[in-house]
Amino acid sequence: MALSYLRSSSSRSANLLRPLSSAASLRRPISTDTTPITIETSVPFTSHQCEAPSRSVETNPSELLTFFRDMALMRRMEIAADSLYKAKLIRGFCHLYDGQEAVAVGMEAAITKKDCIITAYRDHCTFVGRGGTLLEVFAELMGRQAGCSKGKGGSMHFYKKDSNFYGGHGIVGAQVPLGCGLAFAQKYSKDESVTFALYGDGAANQGQLFEALNISALWDLPAILVCENNHYGMGTAEWRAAKSPAYYKRGDYVPGLKVDGMDALAVKQACKFAKEHALKNGPIILEMDTYRYHGHSMSDPGSTYRTRDEISGIRQERDPIERVRKLVLSHDLATEKELKDIEKEVRKEVDDAIAQAKESPMPEPSELFSNVYAKGLGAESFGADRKEVRATLA
Amino acid sequence: MAAIFQGVGAAATLSSSPSNSFVPKKFLTSPRRSFSVRKVPSYVVVRSDGSVNFDLNSKSRRAQQLVANAVATKADSSAASSSSNPGHELLLFEALREGLEEEMERDPRVCVMGEDVGHYGGSYKVTKDLAKKFGDLRVLDTPIAENSFTGMGIGAAMTGLRPVVEGMNMGFLLLAFNQISNNCGMLHYTSGGQFTIPIVIRGPGGVGRQLGAEHSQRLESYFQSIPGIQMVACSTPYNAKGLMKAAIRSENPVILFEHVLLYNLKERIPDEDYICNLEEAEMVRPGEHVTILTYSRMRYHVMQAAKTLVNKGYDPEVIDIRSLKPFDLYTIGNSVKKTHRVLIVEECMRTGGIGASLTAAITENFNDYLDAPIMCLSSQDVPTPYAGTLEEWTVVQPAQIVTAVEQLCR
Repeated sequence: MALSYLRSSSSRSANLLRPLSSAASLRRPISTDTTPITIETSVPFTSHQCEAPSRSVETNPSELLTFFRDMALMRRMEIAADSLYKAKLIRGFCHLYDGQEAVAVGMEAAITKKDCIITAYRDHCTFVGRGGTLLEVFAELMGRQAGCSKGKGGSMHFYKKDSNFYGGHGIVGAQVPLGCGLAFAQKYSKDESVTFALYGDGAANQGQLFEALNISALWDLPAILVCENNHYGMGTAEWRAAKSPAYYKRGDYVPGLKVDGMDALAVKQACKFAKEHALKNGPIILEMDTYRYHGHSMSDPGSTYRTRDEISGIRQERDPIERVRKLVLSHDLATEKELKDIEKEVRKEVDDAIAQAKESPMPEPSELFSNVYAKGLGAESFGADRKEVRATLA
Repeated sequence: MAAIFQGVGAAATLSSSPSNSFVPKKFLTSPRRSFSVRKVPSYVVVRSDGSVNFDLNSKSRRAQQLVANAVATKADSSAASSSSNPGHELLLFEALREGLEEEMERDPRVCVMGEDVGHYGGSYKVTKDLAKKFGDLRVLDTPIAENSFTGMGIGAAMTGLRPVVEGMNMGFLLLAFNQISNNCGMLHYTSGGQFTIPIVIRGPGGVGRQLGAEHSQRLESYFQSIPGIQMVACSTPYNAKGLMKAAIRSENPVILFEHVLLYNLKERIPDEDYICNLEEAEMVRPGEHVTILTYSRMRYHVMQAAKTLVNKGYDPEVIDIRSLKPFDLYTIGNSVKKTHRVLIVEECMRTGGIGASLTAAITENFNDYLDAPIMCLSSQDVPTPYAGTLEEWTVVQPAQIVTAVEQLCR
């Protein structure tokens, strides 16, 4: 069948579609077909204090192929980051998201760029979902000037203000009150937009989460708390850390929904439902049942607290990209070869971005002192050698 | 009164103005060491008379009246004589409220969050009646959850709102330390400049009403290392209102330290709109023999000691540093270059307090100008006891200040 590729510029009207391509990559076209298809999610939703949305999700070929491409890009990006870390080009902490791509992609499909997203340190793919470029990702990971935070933030501090992506936070759980603050600002400005505050199963035990939830429910804030439950808080399994691992029920008076986080369509449906709910009734908790293939970070092999069989079992049965691939093939939206070609292109895109990022220079020494304060104060700062290195904090 | 003493570097008194009839002859002789004018930032300072100074170095300064009166805050001296308006008298907490109210009227993005700030009116009445005027969405009563409502304030600030977060007592903000340090202070840097956090965190702290150890904390020493924040301490109704307004208008996160014992100070302040420069120190009493640096409540102990010192023949120069982070090393430095002796009187603990940092900063920058080691009088390194007499002896008393000056000037 004839396929035509959907250029990013033509999709502004659709808030469902956000292709991630850079300008000059694709020559071959893919379906722009938007005839609706209805697909059932893998499992029904389980709800707490609310009525679950329907299992049937409306989508279309174009969206499914976008899902495939985006997830493949994210997967490739994370694997490439793994190699770069082992090559010592990325230092410090690097928390990889492969396995969890469906959450980022499904969420984007349900919302607009006016809605805010804030997450913890496993933020590379969420950043890309919000419109960040691969160059910004790799340059920031390698500490270069072209990075999204000019190389001064690192893996855990990706931000993109113009698409309302608020980061990128290292301290577990601290981003949830920030997220409720974003929701407060949205309510204050009467924006009709919502905030998705993402956190993990480990952070679900933080007190500040419940404090923020209480305030959000009290003030009717459009805050959606999303627990990305990958079942392990670093090395501790969820049953060893939480008396009640039903994170979607933890809100008590706040409604909750449990979602299969490896199914991008289920995530999309849930986020759509949550957005409508939050705008009318205040906060809601979504629990995304997902899984990470890598360890907690690059220094964690990921196999001391779980078996390799478990990891490979999930990869075989629940992998998000494979699910979309099967859907695409079974509905005849593209051929096997076309999908493989997409994967090849994505790989090339990632490699190009890495090469470009490697050429970006390290930040200038004067950048050490810039952006400490918002306006020039003239406050002076000294380096290790108090006589020589003096700079004015700007 | 305070309008006259606002932020005048000693250089100005020396370089100006024959109209200054109060200047003793000593001031006009050439100083022992030559002044090297350090490069200083230029600020826009709106003074109480409405004139605007763009540069601290500028010679076009109004003639500053030197008053030998030791105590700066009594409204008996002609406060109003400098401006055409008579001004109005109020208490310090009312001045804070006025500043807050004016800024809330001026900018719809300003909102207040804290415990009991709304319907109750504020535990020290700083936000009294604001909820009635501006509504519940702009003056927000929060539950007792400092960590999260400070975090929420910071999140709101990231989008452009300008929240004023009140800690009912500064000590409670220890619960929000993570949010203040990591998010408030650092987000501007770690995002590469994408987000500014125009938040104001304010609250009363300090020793004084026999509140016990946990409610008498001085958090300025704990916060001072956090990069990216500014800290100011108010001490008079004039600078309380001015600093509150400047803090709200600033794009940087500002922590405004108030003191529990100072809320009922009365002063006459100008009617017109004014702000106080956030990074500037206040010259309370120009002098010649010794520079006494202080802030917040200790300013009054110092001025009381100054009365005694003047009677004994000493001429102390008293500077209220006001800006705790960053220090106004320009004003302080000029004073040090003039008097060559420094005494720091503060309410922080001796270990790791503001005085400790200030001592280090002055020693590093002005060591050549010092005739004697810097003396630093701080509170004792103990939890504040409840018993009245013990509590008094935790903090620096005027008698100790007098003794210290006598030792320093020997």
